[in-house]
Amino acid sequence: MGEPILRMQGVTKAFAGFVAVRDLDLDIARGTIHALIGPNGAGKTTVFNLVTKFHQPTSGRIIFKGQDITAKKPSDIARLGMVRSFQISAVFASMSALDNVRVALQRFRSDNFAFWKSDRILRELDDRARSLLNEVGLDALRDRKAAELPYGRRRALELATTLALEPELLLLDEPMAGMGHEDVERTAALIRRVAKDRTVLMVEHNLSVVADLSDRITVLARGEILAEGDYGQVSKDPAVIEAYMGTDHD
Amino acid sequence: MTPTPGPRDPLALLLYAGAAVLLVGAPFFFYHLFLTKVLCYALFACAFNLLLGSCGLLSFGHAAYFGAAAYVAGHAAKVWGLPFEACLALGVMASALLGTIFGYISIRRQGIYFAMITLALAQMVYFLALQLPFTGAEDGLTAIPRGKALGLFELDNPLVLYFSTLCIFVGALTLIHRITHSTFGQILRAIRDNEPRAISLGFEANRYKLQAFVLSAALVGLAGANKAIAFKLATLTDVHWSTSGSVILMTLLGGLGTLLGPFVGALMVVTLENYLADSGLPINAVIGGIFILCILLFRRGIVGEAQAWLEGARSHKAP
Ligand SMILES: Nc1ncnc2c1ncn2[C@@H]1O[C@H](COP(=O)(O)OP(=O)(O)O)[C@@H](O)[C@H]1O
Ligand SMILES: [Mg+2]
Repeated sequence: MGEPILRMQGVTKAFAGFVAVRDLDLDIARGTIHALIGPNGAGKTTVFNLVTKFHQPTSGRIIFKGQDITAKKPSDIARLGMVRSFQISAVFASMSALDNVRVALQRFRSDNFAFWKSDRILRELDDRARSLLNEVGLDALRDRKAAELPYGRRRALELATTLALEPELLLLDEPMAGMGHEDVERTAALIRRVAKDRTVLMVEHNLSVVADLSDRITVLARGEILAEGDYGQVSKDPAVIEAYMGTDHD
Repeated sequence: MTPTPGPRDPLALLLYAGAAVLLVGAPFFFYHLFLTKVLCYALFACAFNLLLGSCGLLSFGHAAYFGAAAYVAGHAAKVWGLPFEACLALGVMASALLGTIFGYISIRRQGIYFAMITLALAQMVYFLALQLPFTGAEDGLTAIPRGKALGLFELDNPLVLYFSTLCIFVGALTLIHRITHSTFGQILRAIRDNEPRAISLGFEANRYKLQAFVLSAALVGLAGANKAIAFKLATLTDVHWSTSGSVILMTLLGGLGTLLGPFVGALMVVTLENYLADSGLPINAVIGGIFILCILLFRRGIVGEAQAWLEGARSHKAP
């Protein structure tokens, strides 16, 4: 398999004494779909915040593509090829769906500080943006303001925006939360498709989706790894079964 | 798609044409210096709105850039005897430089903390203006010579002064419109809508916000420098916190984030100040009262409400 694309080594994150993630070792193998599951409050989103540098780890190291990124800024992370989505859908609310994707595509341009240059020139990005919207089934809604889209469609838009950056590693935080059955299936198919030439790390509560999509699963509880393996191994693990008992999980 | 009123929209074109006729015709009906004052403060408010509207950053210290440029331009004209355009340029450069330093310090803060830091920095400028040798302390700089525009047009002629100010105003407004509709403006908008998301896409939000801050400070400086020359005066009032407050008032009254809102707000505030000055009424209390009424009645400001109403009327017509 070669070297993992992402490694967390002994990473701990404490918030004012409360340890959200404790001494975590996690390897994500290149080209896989890796699921991170666990009860609410287990620290899954915190893991995302740590590897994307939105939070600074209290201790430990984070290595991406062989490079130590522990001291990087969050805006550097996307440039290195790791892009995240957010648990609470993150779109640019006042902008149209097309403009949401287009602004992500601007990342590859060198005129982003050119305040004298008309944004009409960005129309040359429209074809690429529309094909990305098409991939998530949003092309027909491209002129709608993001704020006006139904929740499931907003998540799809966020995914299209993430894909616009052609990341090597995609971090998806509950990409299907709040989606209807049809959207879930479409999104699962999309994730499988984009994962052909990328790595995906995903937090997801829908266990049938997890079982279906992921090559490897890490179960997190109270900031520590409870179990790791494929779905067959993890679902039979007594510790995992116990952790999921009595919680309000589907 | 909801059409946003822009220059390509026929109704908006009509509006802009109407505004142009009014601005060109106004000096034949109103006192020239009064109109010039309105334009200076309107530009001040529009430039302030560039930061508030496109970045969501509420600065409480924009008088610092207005006043600093006023002093520098006034000094350049009075002591160094430089031509009008050079005085404006120096004023703009001074406020841009100040904006770079202050912006760098304050941009990392959000909301009320940002407002407080900008206020504190502006109070420092006020203190300097009071203490430095070249600002004339309590008297300020007076009898600043106006000189000639383009070396040809005598600015002591009030009509020339008005039209020169109008040209500067229209030019600056065009630039502001371009900034908000530029490749840079798109990213600014994304950052305003959702900063963490913009960062996670790889945009260094603080650098974009800093550039917006500096552009805003520079354009405010243009207003301040022109004001100093037009009124032959740069005083402590220009750097006083109440001036920062009054520009916020103008912007919110007119409608923040709209191109013309700050202009309408400035027109109202300057007009009120002018009429109330002779009435013996407490000016600030009256303006404050009107402000509260406006906020309660039309939250989006006057132009903002008008735009929303127009858009509503249009979407009824064409569902
Ligand atoms: N910024 C923060 N400050 C303080 N506590 C936090 C912060 N972020 C997360 N936590 C805490 O860390 C724990 C893990 O949270 P999170 O990573 O969001 O869990 P999950 O995504 O697995 O549901 C929770 O108890 C949460 O309250
Ligand atoms: Mg979470």
